[in-house]
Parts: sequence; C-alpha cells; structure tokens
Amino acid sequence: MGDRLSVTLDINGDPYEREVEPRLLLSDFIRHEAGLTGTHVGCEHGVCGACTVQLDGRPVRSCLMFAAQAEGHRIRTVEALADGVDGALHPLQQAFHESHGLQCGFCTPGFLLSIEPQLADVPDWDDEQIRAALAGNLCRCTGYQDIVTSVRLAAARMQGDEA
Amino acid sequence: MKPARFEYHVVRKVDEALALLAEHGDEAKVLAGGQSLVPLLNFGLAAPAHLVDLNRIEDLAYVRRQEGVLHVGAMTRQATLEASGVVARHWPLLIAALKLVAHPQIRNRGTVGGSLAHADPAAELPVAGAALDARFHVRSTRGARTLTWSELFVTHLTTALEPDELLVDIEVPPLPPGTGWAFAEFSRRHGDFGLGGAAALVTADGDVCREVRIALLGAGATPVRATEAERSLAGGRVDERSAAKAGRLAVEGIRPPGDLHGSAEYRRDLIEAMVRRALLDAAARVRR
Repeated sequence: MGDRLSVTLDINGDPYEREVEPRLLLSDFIRHEAGLTGTHVGCEHGVCGACTVQLDGRPVRSCLMFAAQAEGHRIRTVEALADGVDGALHPLQQAFHESHGLQCGFCTPGFLLSIEPQLADVPDWDDEQIRAALAGNLCRCTGYQDIVTSVRLAAARMQGDEA
Repeated sequence: MKPARFEYHVVRKVDEALALLAEHGDEAKVLAGGQSLVPLLNFGLAAPAHLVDLNRIEDLAYVRRQEGVLHVGAMTRQATLEASGVVARHWPLLIAALKLVAHPQIRNRGTVGGSLAHADPAAELPVAGAALDARFHVRSTRGARTLTWSELFVTHLTTALEPDELLVDIEVPPLPPGTGWAFAEFSRRHGDFGLGGAAALVTADGDVCREVRIALLGAGATPVRATEAERSLAGGRVDERSAAKAGRLAVEGIRPPGDLHGSAEYRRDLIEAMVRRALLDAAARVRR
C-alpha cells in the first residue's frame, strides 16, 4: 500500500521528475513538488475553480486528478502566461490588472487559465456567453463585473493585434 | 494529500481492468474521469483499497455511428461527445444534456460512462439515457451482458453493476424521423446540479404525435419515465393545454427529495413546469 511511483511531469515545457505517492493530487504536485505556487488551491473538491490548469490545452481542475495521471500530458499553469524573457504580462493579465479584474487575486489564476483558450471566440460573444464560460470559477471579491470587462478588453486587444 | 492511501493500478486494456476487478471485488473502485470520485476521496467519504485507473485505455474512448445506432465508449470525455457532429445531427438531445453537465472544465475531464455509472438522479446523462432508451454494455471476466436504463439504475448512486463488472459501451438507438427534443432544467447557479428537470422527445406527423418520451431529473432515486404523461399525448397534439396536463400527470406519484436547496413540494412543482416547457420546446423543434 502507498508505494511511491516515479513520475515525470511536463509543466510549462519543463520536466519535473519526482517520487510521489499515487494519492498525491496534481494540484499538490504543482505547488509542493514543482514549487509553482501560482496555482491556488481553494475547495479541493472541484467547485471553486481556483486550481484550474490546462491539460493538453484544455482547462481542468488540478485538484480532481492525481499527479501520476498527468504523466504524458502537457500541463500549463499561470506561470506560463507572462513572457519568460522580459516578464511582460500576457494581454489577459494586463487587462485584469487595468480593469480591476481582481482584488485579492486568489481566484485569478483559475480564471485566466479557464478563459485563455477561448479568447479568440470572445469578441463574438455577448456578456451572457462570457459569464457562462466563466461560471466554473468563483470570485468572492469582484462581483464578476470587472472580470467580464477584463476578458472583453483582452480579447479586443488580441484581436486587434492579429488584424 | 487528502485521499486515504490506496493501491494504484494503471491499465491499458479492458481485460486488465476486468482481471483486477475480479481479484479485488468491492475493495476496488474504477477511476474514470474522477470528477465525482475524486471529490469523494478528497472528503474521505470513499476510501477504496484499490483504484483501477481506466484513463489509459484507449479502446474505451470512441464515438461511432453504425447502421444508425450510436456507440459511445465509456471513457469518452463528455466534452468530446459534446463536440461530435454526428451526435449533434442525430441525437441533439444528448448535446443539450451535456451542456448542462457542470462546467466546461469538468466536462473536459469527466467521462460519459463515469457519469452514468455514478448514477446520480440529478445528473443529466442518466436522464438523457432514459429518454433515449439507451442500452448499456457491461463486461466482467464472467462474460458480458446488456442492461436497459431501467435495469441499470437501481437507486441513488447505485447501479446494477456487480463489483467485478465494468460499463464499456453505451448504445443509443436511432430516433424516428420527425422527432423534436428538449432538455429543460432549473438550478440556482449556472453549472450546479439541477433541482428539477425534464427531457422530452416528441415524434409527430404534422401536428399529431406518434410517440412522446418524457424523462424526469431529480424526481426520485433514479431517472424516471413519465409513462402516463407520455400516453396522454400519443395520437394528440402538443399545445399549452395538453403539455400542462402532461406536466400534472408526470409528477403524480413522484417523490423528489427535499433539502435546504428546495422542498419536495417546490421540486415537484418545478418538475411539472419543466415537463411542460420541455414538451413545448420539443414540439416546436419537430421538423415539418
């Protein structure tokens, strides 16, 4: 029982090889083994969305899988958003910063990772659709209004860049 | 690390999973998408000695239409089924049901078979399965068998699967031409479990209904088909009046649970309204 496994996880393109118990949650691997503490842990039962990361490009709850299950997949966390060279914020982060899309910031990494793959679709969405896309993430500070504003601003800027 | 210790088994073939289930019986739990099981483990509400992880069994992830019949592998992610063009064309009720399952982040990981085998009567896929007369293919080292939805769902969070059995394939028969569909549900917050809901399929020639199917969500310990209500509409037309009557018939005799989210009486009224709404929406979608 409880034998340790050797796993190598690809997080933001870097390999992390560790001996872990099978019951170690992916969220705990990311924070405690990889030391990437940008991924936050809230409810630990899949409701709050704070621990959302991307698994092969798709947002998932990192508290609802085991680290061992993520082997062979690409994991992306909030640390991958800002430019690794000059530290410039991702347009989505910049928009949250400017539009007061956060107060305490605890939920923010989850929001960013949830909406980032869909930013290209956002310009065609109404507020209802943005809110539906963000419904799996809870925020206790902002009342969501400024989060919707931030997402809209980021999507508009990114669309502008592509045009 | 919140879950209790367990022995972890990663399998790549169905037969390996079946052998482990035969060996460990009710000491083992299968881990599909984990979107219901892992919360239970994190809470300490479940502490199986063995966890058999199905996520690396590639043979169980598929969506196929063969001779008009849909086959979905049990380990197909809900998001994959939701994005299937074949399903959108031929079984749009399934897409409507999937869009109501929690949030996209959950559906990216959650599986079709996992949700069905979890058998929560407030979950959408079991209700869609009941409306669509789905059949469930089950395997064990002892052999294979096929269950109807009414055989599969026994009570709250309980199916007819034996501890050594694995749900491998979900089969959905074709819908007759001229079938409209709707899934109506009410929840307090987007993505929550519905407090009550109904799936409706209306097959009609012109205005005359040939067949109506109504399945209820949150009405009792399992999905429920409202057979009296279905019969009341056959040979007639779906309009405000007949749909309201069907709603009343549908909730006669149901026993929805009551809790802090809503009393049993409230849920009964809610389900009645959802039946009426689903029937009218489904009838409006019948292609003429």
